[in-house]
Amino acid sequence: MRIIVCIKQVPDTTEVAIDEEKGVLRREGVDSRMNPYDLYALETALRIKEQIGAEVIVLSMGPKQAEDVIKQAYYMGADSGYLLSDRKFAGADTLATAYTLALGVKKIGDFDLIITGMQTTDGDTAQVGPAVAEFLNLPHISYVKEIQKVAEDQLIVKTDMQDAIETQKVVLPALITVAKEIYQPRLISYKLKLRAKDRNICVWSYSDLVEVKGLLNDETEFFGLTGSPTQVERIFAPTRNSTKEIWEDQPDVLAEKAISKLKELKIL
Amino acid sequence: MYKITKTDLEYLEQIVGKEFVFAGDEVNPDYTHDEIYGMEDFPGCIVFPTSAEEISAIMKYASSNKIPVTVRGSGTGLCGGCVPIYGGILLVTTRMNRVLEIDEDNLTATVEPGVILLSFQEELERFGLFYAPDPGEKSATIGGNVMTNAGGMRAVKYGVTRDHVLGLEAVLATGEIISVGGKIHKNSSGYSLLDLFIGSEGTLGVVTKITVKLLPLPKKTATLLVPFPSLKAAISTVSLILKSRVLPNALEFMEREIIEAAETYLGKPFPDKSAPAYLLVRFDGNTKEELEQDCDHVADICLAAGAIDAYIASDKEQQQLLWDARGAFLEALKAMSELDEVDIVVPKTEIASLVSYTKDLQQEYGVRILSFGHAGDGNVHIYILKDDFEEEKWQALLPKVMQKLYQKGEELQGQVSGEHGIGYLKKPYLKESLGDTLIDLQQRIKEAFDPHLILNPGKVVS
Repeated sequence: MRIIVCIKQVPDTTEVAIDEEKGVLRREGVDSRMNPYDLYALETALRIKEQIGAEVIVLSMGPKQAEDVIKQAYYMGADSGYLLSDRKFAGADTLATAYTLALGVKKIGDFDLIITGMQTTDGDTAQVGPAVAEFLNLPHISYVKEIQKVAEDQLIVKTDMQDAIETQKVVLPALITVAKEIYQPRLISYKLKLRAKDRNICVWSYSDLVEVKGLLNDETEFFGLTGSPTQVERIFAPTRNSTKEIWEDQPDVLAEKAISKLKELKIL
Repeated sequence: MYKITKTDLEYLEQIVGKEFVFAGDEVNPDYTHDEIYGMEDFPGCIVFPTSAEEISAIMKYASSNKIPVTVRGSGTGLCGGCVPIYGGILLVTTRMNRVLEIDEDNLTATVEPGVILLSFQEELERFGLFYAPDPGEKSATIGGNVMTNAGGMRAVKYGVTRDHVLGLEAVLATGEIISVGGKIHKNSSGYSLLDLFIGSEGTLGVVTKITVKLLPLPKKTATLLVPFPSLKAAISTVSLILKSRVLPNALEFMEREIIEAAETYLGKPFPDKSAPAYLLVRFDGNTKEELEQDCDHVADICLAAGAIDAYIASDKEQQQLLWDARGAFLEALKAMSELDEVDIVVPKTEIASLVSYTKDLQQEYGVRILSFGHAGDGNVHIYILKDDFEEEKWQALLPKVMQKLYQKGEELQGQVSGEHGIGYLKKPYLKESLGDTLIDLQQRIKEAFDPHLILNPGKVVS
């Protein structure tokens, strides 16, 4: 089995500075890391590899320094890695990102399964995984929380529908996005690091990807900022609210009060 | 055993307020013991004062009426130190929980004794600072922390609590309020009463203010989890690491059995439990590159010493998972079985002998003995588990095992307690370990501070 795992380098902080003028996040000078949800995706692939044997390929789009997350994937057990990197890819929205990744997948060629994290911690849209599948005309399942059965030609998975758990069977090739309940991601292995630190990372640019453009159904190009239909109107950090009320009363009265307050705040 | 009278209670109520004095049936049994099994006593009453002046009035009254006074913080001790064995007044500091000052110019903080360690650290983090002592029990009060001189996990790099306390305000047995040390980082002015108070377990005075040293908070940490084919292999690697001129901020050893207990207790999977023993090594620093270098360096040493692999955690959540498990070991063991503990400290080079001796004892007595601890500073926490032993057999066996462990500690040039203190339960072992001359000196110090022996009577050397 050949599994492609899509991973992304994200800022290693929850308080990213914002460029209000351009409507993008300021990523300069901030340490970066692998998107935490992608660790679950990679772990899922590695477990399948351990269970039935598979080649695990990681794919990322980003600037040159995104090679770091591909290396990290190597140190966890991935076999090969591809980075889609070109100035023309910059500023991509979810559609353009998915389009570029889908071309990357096409150029890699043969595969049975694509796994992505359910979302990223910087964009939080959860759209890229399913959109990649749509560009590739693949069946896809989101929020997978458990792999019940894995075979060469099909998967049976449980997905979290928030108010229900759904068990689904999907015939491969397919794409799944995984939730963090799936497995505890492993740590970097120093032994693998020693073995893989000089392993090649294949970097593809715009000219490499346009070659395979014809393999997708869509004729339109969606590269980078210019190929992104999404227009960011305004970007801002949500305000913090720290108002506090202190109530004193009998426990049952307090419980009633707490419930009605939570309802009023639309939390319940 | 002192019997609290109605007059006593009326007086105490006058000082701290009626709603902060509890006596008779109102005494919550939670206040009759600490975190160790099998030792409890009811106080005559519990008081919750809020100031040095209130405590001074209490002490003056207690002194003239010879009423025993036992001070207690969160009650997370492990040797019965805060159990009021002679009744009298149990003085609880938890209402004195204000951080009075964070002085960014002198890099000091002044706090009341009832401040909880975890909330103190969280507050300091907002200033980009930290207080280096790091006992596993984060719900402990800083007062208890200072009174036992508990060092915790970061001692290997930063030293113990004593190294970070600069000044104290305390109320003496007579009720006089005194100050020792201050916001000063050097002091050669007479005998160090400050150092006498630190680790005195409430037997010399009641601490009411603590000034501690603060350090700039390192921007980043990275943790190595290193699996070994045996506990012996893991522990013998410690000295190789320390010898190699790197300075981790924590260096802990642990066995699979304890990791599994912590997993069950926390309901969270640990990243790896395929090996029988592990070292957990943490570095702090300011850049990713610096930490990566340290990790790789130690990983190389470990692999050369026979480690199965070395796993690197640099993400915050991954590290949290590892250290949360480490922090939950004691609670996890307690959830598994009744137990007793030994907190011996030996020279770093002798840890391997001490731990491998616990395995011999386990064989010899057929009792489960698990240990984990601060491999980097020589302080080993050894737990003897009761499991399914009948009470009578357990009571017969436990003292023998303890005796042997302390003998071994002595033989390895160690001391009875690394950080949990003596309290009540370790008194006999301290006596044997220190000998008559030193015990006598300590008793005379105790009498100089507390001539009527009313402060935490029956503890440490009294």
